[in-house]
Amino acid sequence: MEDGFAALSKIVSERESEIVAHWRQLLVTASGGTGRIKDAEVEKQCRDFLSAFAAGLGAGATVATDPAFDSARELLGGVSQSRANQGFTPTETATFVFSLKEPLFEQVRASYPDDTARVASLGWDMTQILDQLGLYTMEVYQRSREDVVRRQQDEIAELSTPVVKLWEGILALPLIGTLDSARTQVVMENLLQAIVDQSADLAIIDITGVPTVDTLVAQHLLKTIAAARLMGADCIVSGIRPQIAQTMVHLGVELDVVSKATLADALALAFQRTGRTVVRKAVAKG
Amino acid sequence: MPIRESDDVVRVRQAVRVQAVAAGLGLVDQTKIVTAASELARNTLDYGLGGTVRIETFTGNPRRGVRLTFEDNGPGIPDLERALTDGYTTGGGLGLGLSGARRLCNEFEIESVVGQGTRITIARWK
Amino acid sequence: MDRIPILKLGRALLVSIQVDIHDRLAKALEEDLSERIVATGARGVMIDISGLEIVDSFMGRMLDNIAAVSRLLDADTVVVGMRPAVAITLVELGLSLTGVKTALNVERGMTLIGSGQYEEIEGDDAPGGGDERDEG
Repeated sequence: MEDGFAALSKIVSERESEIVAHWRQLLVTASGGTGRIKDAEVEKQCRDFLSAFAAGLGAGATVATDPAFDSARELLGGVSQSRANQGFTPTETATFVFSLKEPLFEQVRASYPDDTARVASLGWDMTQILDQLGLYTMEVYQRSREDVVRRQQDEIAELSTPVVKLWEGILALPLIGTLDSARTQVVMENLLQAIVDQSADLAIIDITGVPTVDTLVAQHLLKTIAAARLMGADCIVSGIRPQIAQTMVHLGVELDVVSKATLADALALAFQRTGRTVVRKAVAKG
Repeated sequence: MPIRESDDVVRVRQAVRVQAVAAGLGLVDQTKIVTAASELARNTLDYGLGGTVRIETFTGNPRRGVRLTFEDNGPGIPDLERALTDGYTTGGGLGLGLSGARRLCNEFEIESVVGQGTRITIARWK
Repeated sequence: MDRIPILKLGRALLVSIQVDIHDRLAKALEEDLSERIVATGARGVMIDISGLEIVDSFMGRMLDNIAAVSRLLDADTVVVGMRPAVAITLVELGLSLTGVKTALNVERGMTLIGSGQYEEIEGDDAPGGGDERDEG
């Protein structure tokens, strides 16, 4: 009796157009006609995958990890990755492979109309291999999503570290949101670089927008202040919440920090330190 | 590369810098590993009575970085615990060499046998 | 290079360390400086380390020592131009150079040395606002 996988390979290549037509139909239905991927693209993906799949089966591959399936896996990986990046759900992504079962099975049945035993065994082989490929799809999907998350984290870290110049020689770093250790490090490096670039003697680190600070982050803050001092600049921390003040006290290193209640108070202190006075003048009404 | 005299400490710093740049480390990470290398190279010279350092880069996914192995056949360190404590010194220094170098690295391993020598492996990655 | 040059600028001494130096050279600098402070009657010592890519505990100790010796000889020490990465690393290493004054660049360093000695009045460009600033 002819080997099951070779038989499947033959069916796939001989009846490719029927399978593709049916498969595409299913994919469109599954996606709810959202049209996020162009029809032509889907068709190309289907055709490419089917020929790679048939070639792999024909070369004697019986498990998804077989080298003969390399190009099939590569194609699936590409499909999965692009869908992950476009925000497809796991189900929508996995459907690409799993929805191939029905059209393929139909063609298997059509090829052996009178041999139920043969149909059952081929169906089993087909299910096995497609399940494995489906799992592979999910792995790639997961990895791609993780990449997306990592990239976004980097972007957020970059975006959320604006060092602003308040006055000649006075910088402010308004921190907003939860600080994790990695982000704090980026923020601090940016601040120190800005101190050099702008020859600023004073930097105000405003943490009004920071809900909590863990020990590690508090340590980072203190280290930054120490590093700034080594470079010849002083830091003023403003807007410390009661909770954060407690964390810092428990660390036992609160003594070296010059702290002001608000950013405005800190700026006033900065003016004073740099020998500036703010004078209110009567404004003539025009 | 060998660590036999004071000039070698400078050479180790420069070699480590080159490798750290090649491994794609950021400026702060470069500075940290070079500083740690400087501390350990000086220790190898002063306490280990000379030795060697091996500098390797690794580019495995997802980590890229530099790994350094310092080896000497000196007298060894009798009390590792204390040697790694801030401020503890037997040589009149600040006592920050070992403990400080450890803080500057992602990975720090030390093996020492009294009378046979010391091996320290450190790594920094991004 | 056998010795790092020490320049005299008014009543201050200026040392600029531009390259990675080995330990003996650092030691020599420490000795040279104390002699020059006495010989010139300098009131301040400025060490420009903007060219240094690393400062390890040996160099850190040297800076601390220079500051301590200078203090005994009645001179202020200002370390200027430390790079951000160097500063972060020094802090991580556990060195805070508490006895050393710091400044962003040579110009600011000069002001710092001057202000400690002569009580100069600076930036006094607001004669109208002559009253004392409010106490923060």
